[in-house]
Amino acid sequence: MATSSTPPFTASEQSLSSTLPTIDIRGIVRRHGAVTAVDRVSFQVRRGEFFSILGPSGAGKTSVLRMLAGFEDPDEGDLLIDGQSMLGVPPNRRPVNLVFQSYALFPHLTVFENVAFGLKMRRVSSALVDEQVRQALTMVKLLGKETRMPAQLSGGEQQRVALARALVNKPAVVLLDEPLAALDQQLRQAMQVELKSIQERAGLTCVCVTHHQEEAMMMSDRIAVMHQGRMWQVGSPREVYERPCNLFVSRFLGVSNELPGTIDVSSGEDRLFQPADNEQAPLRVRFVGTEQAGRSATLSLRPEHIRMAQERPSTSDPVLSGEIEKVLFAGSDTKYLVRVGHDRFWETRMTSNASSSLFSVGDPVFLHWSPTDARLYFE
Amino acid sequence: MRRGSTGLSLVSGLAMLFLYGPILVLVLYSFNAAHLSTAWRGTTLKWYAALWHDEALLAATANSLLIAVISTLGATVLGGLMALGMERMPLRRQQIIESGLALPLVIPEVMMGVALMLLFVTLKMPLGLTTVMLGHIVFNIPLVTIMIRARLRKLDPALREAAADLGADSWQVFRHVTLPFLRPAIWGAVLVAFTVSLDDFLVTFFTAGPGATTLPLKVYSMIKSGVTPEINALSALLLVISMACVAVSLHLQRREV
Repeated sequence: MATSSTPPFTASEQSLSSTLPTIDIRGIVRRHGAVTAVDRVSFQVRRGEFFSILGPSGAGKTSVLRMLAGFEDPDEGDLLIDGQSMLGVPPNRRPVNLVFQSYALFPHLTVFENVAFGLKMRRVSSALVDEQVRQALTMVKLLGKETRMPAQLSGGEQQRVALARALVNKPAVVLLDEPLAALDQQLRQAMQVELKSIQERAGLTCVCVTHHQEEAMMMSDRIAVMHQGRMWQVGSPREVYERPCNLFVSRFLGVSNELPGTIDVSSGEDRLFQPADNEQAPLRVRFVGTEQAGRSATLSLRPEHIRMAQERPSTSDPVLSGEIEKVLFAGSDTKYLVRVGHDRFWETRMTSNASSSLFSVGDPVFLHWSPTDARLYFE
Repeated sequence: MRRGSTGLSLVSGLAMLFLYGPILVLVLYSFNAAHLSTAWRGTTLKWYAALWHDEALLAATANSLLIAVISTLGATVLGGLMALGMERMPLRRQQIIESGLALPLVIPEVMMGVALMLLFVTLKMPLGLTTVMLGHIVFNIPLVTIMIRARLRKLDPALREAAADLGADSWQVFRHVTLPFLRPAIWGAVLVAFTVSLDDFLVTFFTAGPGATTLPLKVYSMIKSGVTPEINALSALLLVISMACVAVSLHLQRREV
């Protein structure tokens, strides 16, 4: 790319006002018959942000995306893009472009014609179409494949065409519906990196729907977790992963090692948590709040916060005793399934090296962690 | 498996012979030099030549072609619009219309012919080329609709959404996505409708008036004065045209992506 010219796609080109959120969704509700697919969802997306809506299938995330694209209308609430309400605006008049899960490439058109489609609909002059399609194809590294038909391309290439076809129009928002779901694992990981770098280079504002938590965390600036039509938590990947607002979010974003119990008396700055399984000693916990003693709660801990020891460590940190149930070698990591109660197993991880061979099935083991790493959820 | 397939080939061979034997005989005899068909008196092309000098036969051919072209055009437009319109209806209504569509295909064609004749007479329309064309449009609409609908069902709804998302209004979506996708099915339907119209006897018989004699009607009237080798030649030609149409139609539909 010539150094003197401006990059082909920049957020500033489309900016109306830098303070205005690009997307502003206010309490939208969407019903399918008796089912409420989307229930009073509100969120904002800033310009240039990569925003992911994460949730299991049937969470209502695709409905949100389709309402942004204009294929569905909300039953209640409002939906603004660049400050303008999109209610009643048909898909062809919205400043958004959708990358379909199935790619939805036009099978009878070449790669070039597919990418040029949006420009042609807007009657852009053919010289300009040519130039912009080339820029878009350069961006997704598909230059030279203009005359191919979609059926002649690999899955990854089709994905790039779909992406180029959306971003050539310089939309205010690119909507991504499970963009990498159809790719195999290796290609998927490569495309995550590439999609993210294209987004950053072009300054695209993206809303991405996915059920893949790792993908969402790797690519997003912020993540919204949806479940049963509700949006439970919105925050940076780190926030949502490390400080999930409830057990559902905690379990959906990663492994959540849980232990039911009750809050006990205070111990200085910390409080004590008595596991329901009385054979375990009370554990020190730290949390903000004024919950009364005797209140039942569930303690949750991510695997990477847990350290394992063969001997009971001499520490004031919380310690849980258990027994190695299974050792799962997973390449660079080894996972351990530790029995910490009658029917309760925790998962811990260790880097696969010499020290990891210290533990084998049936060994007694002591799990300990810092009180600040554990989270408590009250019922 | 081996033994079973020998028996199977035998039965299918006999069935094919039963189906195509008469046609084969007809084609063979169109090259027979004999005037009275049964005995073989050497090969000739004179019956084909004779066709070219039969004014009445040529007029009937012209009628048949005109009727086939116009009725195919009418049926394709109407049937195609029907298929597109049906798609937007609630499923229940689509099913009702679909069974209604199948009806003209299964009711005896004689009934259809008589019914159409009665209709035209009631409307005081003089029977002629126009009424034959209308009759052919009627029985070709279901064929066209069913063929185009079958293709339309295979169209991924995401393609049309993608076009709309990229700025196409509903006409542009039709023009740039739906129509190109339907093209093979439309051509297939055109050729089938054309063939059916060209071959039709019953509906034509009841709806044609004087001066609207088509090829099948002409053949029928020629046969009343005895089977001549000329008819064999004519039939052989019709057969070739029909088969060509069907072959092209099948080819187009197989090429669907």
